Amino acid sequence: MKDDVEERVEALWAASTAGDEYAAAGVALAALDAGVPLETLLLDVVAAVQARVGQEWAANRITVAQEHTATAVNERVLATLAHHPAARGDPAQSRGRITVACIDGEWHSFPARLLAEVLRVRGWRVDYLGAQVPTPHLVTHLHRTNPDAVALSSSLATRLPAAHAAITACQAAGTPVLAGGAAFGPDGRYARLLGADAWAPDARAAADHLADGPPPHRPASGRSFEGPPHLADHEYTLLTRSAADLVRGAMGELTRHFPGMEAYTEQQLGHTAEDLAYIIDFLRAALYVDDPELFSSFVGWMAGILTARGIPAHMLTTALDVLADRLTGFPRALTTLTRARAALRESKPGR
Amino acid sequence: MVWEDTPYPMLAINAAGVIEQANEAARLLLAGAGAGVPLARAAPAWLARAHREICAGAGRARAGWEPARGPVGERVFEAHPVHADSDRVMWWLIDVTGHRQAVESLRAEREWTGFMVEASGELLSSLNLDRCLEATARVAARRLADAALVVMPLAPRGHVIAYCDPQGEVVRADAAIDPATVPGLTEALQGFPPVPTRWIDPAEAPGWVLRDGIGEEGSVGMIALPGHGLPAGALVLLRRSRKAGFSDDEKAFAGLFAAWAGSAISVARQYAEQAAITETLLAELLPPPAPMLKDVELAARYQPAGDSERVGGDFYDVHPVAGSGRESLVVLGDVAGKGLAAAVLTGKIRDTLRTLLPLADDHQRVLEMLNGVLLTDGDPARHVTLVLASVERRGTRVALRLTSAGHPPPLIVRNDGRVETVRAVGTLIGILEHTTSVTDSVLLDPGETCLLYSDGIIEARGGPLGDEFFGEERLCEQLRQCAGMPPEAIAERVQMLASQWIGGAEHDDMAVVAITAPRDSPRGAAGGRLP
Repeated sequence: MKDDVEERVEALWAASTAGDEYAAAGVALAALDAGVPLETLLLDVVAAVQARVGQEWAANRITVAQEHTATAVNERVLATLAHHPAARGDPAQSRGRITVACIDGEWHSFPARLLAEVLRVRGWRVDYLGAQVPTPHLVTHLHRTNPDAVALSSSLATRLPAAHAAITACQAAGTPVLAGGAAFGPDGRYARLLGADAWAPDARAAADHLADGPPPHRPASGRSFEGPPHLADHEYTLLTRSAADLVRGAMGELTRHFPGMEAYTEQQLGHTAEDLAYIIDFLRAALYVDDPELFSSFVGWMAGILTARGIPAHMLTTALDVLADRLTGFPRALTTLTRARAALRESKPGR
Repeated sequence: MVWEDTPYPMLAINAAGVIEQANEAARLLLAGAGAGVPLARAAPAWLARAHREICAGAGRARAGWEPARGPVGERVFEAHPVHADSDRVMWWLIDVTGHRQAVESLRAEREWTGFMVEASGELLSSLNLDRCLEATARVAARRLADAALVVMPLAPRGHVIAYCDPQGEVVRADAAIDPATVPGLTEALQGFPPVPTRWIDPAEAPGWVLRDGIGEEGSVGMIALPGHGLPAGALVLLRRSRKAGFSDDEKAFAGLFAAWAGSAISVARQYAEQAAITETLLAELLPPPAPMLKDVELAARYQPAGDSERVGGDFYDVHPVAGSGRESLVVLGDVAGKGLAAAVLTGKIRDTLRTLLPLADDHQRVLEMLNGVLLTDGDPARHVTLVLASVERRGTRVALRLTSAGHPPPLIVRNDGRVETVRAVGTLIGILEHTTSVTDSVLLDPGETCLLYSDGIIEARGGPLGDEFFGEERLCEQLRQCAGMPPEAIAERVQMLASQWIGGAEHDDMAVVAITAPRDSPRGAAGGRLP
């Protein structure tokens, strides 16, 4: 059975990256016909292929277009499976109603969609709201439908401040929140910090968690609306406000460090500025949750991405130094940058 | 030793428990108190006991020793052993009756305040009607009774009942009940004239009221839940005890709670009605969420300006049959303005275009007629830019006729990564007497995409430096990497890039439609989407 699943993963991978939705749907439907349970197909085949898409993109073994094509094909496979008779939950066994949504600004909808399908298979009534749901729409939906819980998905740590706003808003509307996705940290520590009622690392764990009964409704009066205490130093707020100026200043500084940048095309300069802005986004997120580790692991990931694309990693270390020079009034930001710099040095001995 | 004229009662008691001295205030308070009288005879037992404890202890009052406290007649006193040695204890008695009452009422007050906070938290957090009914039953059962029912009339004759049992479990169900079978319920449900809480003999109540045996031996109370001027329902309290009626504190709380619960229920009810109306009206204004054409692949994305908006001035539409019938028509447009007012105008334009579909073979004529309709409105603010795309499958390829009326020209994403700008230009609609336009024809090979988009995409302002436009050049650069991608992936990517470019800043409405020639599929040229 295990080999069987692996074979199907390979077949779906081949079809998805080739953009062949018919072959992909064929693999999925053949698996169902062969008696693979729908939940296994969703979680161990489709989800496995999607995870591989992300890994292969990071390693620069597939292009952006292939990544998006494969994701689109996998989403179509989910849609096809959703209409399959096997996806129809037992109507007699109605468990309750769950809203599944991505945080505002979160575009990675695949994990949320997968969860929605798994919950449907398990007999829940699911409202799937899709990618980047503005929090006001989410709250309106909760007031109208009164679900037992809302499952909020976020993959990128830069969305954590938005996640915090969404979690607080859902709870203020009296709905308990199950947070999930890579953004909340490998052990869900940011979900706890931001006050989520529960956390699950993946769709299976989320479905298992809800199977034990959704978290209880708690009235809003029983909750604290104060943010994490470290936000009182305003480093996050100030950095958010000055991010564009910081990028502009750091660009000038970088040009002095790398005279080669003088010859960059406008497009290349644009990409460098976007990379800097991206680094600052993660720095802000790390300040928001007061965890330098968040930033260090992002920097490690980015170093890997750059190396895989033949860009020297010392550009990244210099960028961190340049930012540190400009953030002297931000003690937490400085500690975070220093830690990331050290982690980068350790991972690349001799540099 | 004892000060005769102090206003506080003072007693000097020796180790044997005999009064040595008592001042005037003490003699007035404790009849019979005088020198030589045993304390136990003249004073209440609690004071005599406190004296024995002091004497049995170290013989002196220690720091932190709590004063003894007890009633004397109808008042409450604290007794302080102020000066004590091995031979005698000097007691000062202080009347704390008023203080005690104040503390007690403050405690009760705090408790009720706690209930109020709890009740408002439960009632005000949700605009959902079911939740409000359940919360009302739960708080009432917890604070005012052992169990509680909320009865809400439903038009025309039904009722919803939320019941909270003594364990705090709430169930809710539609029920066919006759309120007239419960004395006082009809009046409570009418809400006017205002009626005080009515307590009835449980024997008069029908079975659907007396649940879990509660109330049979106890009491049943009926409270009106006044909404905003209109009755929201009634609350039925079920008590195990015979105690009918409220204490003064309960009465104040019950009145406030009923008012809050009634308001919350009627607000939730109105919200649900409004939301349903809004939903119906918006459904007309929203662009089709998943448009489909038989022979081509299609994906669309729409994002109104402002997080709380659902509609705006951008629109698109897909008409499977237009003109002489072989072509389909895809429209993407942008009216002046944002929000609901703009959306209403998009609705009119979409309707007008629908009626002009038979003319779709001639784009210029469609645009002229639309121009005429908008001009007769006479409001120059009501103008629109749009792109018309007539789509036809030809073998494995897709033929497009594209016309722009003052709108950003469509882009073609070729399989080899080239991105071409369609030469489709024209004047915007609704301002000038006459419009001009150029229609361009394009052929898409399988896998190639034609992208229609509104200026909200390229005029997205932000980026790493905060003040740059996203721009057509950047859009084309990104599209070059999108060669061969399915339409939904391209549409999503374009919308995502523009949104991320903006960050959290304000933006205009954004609309994207991607039209893609299907790749060859095992099902042959009929292709299309998955079943």
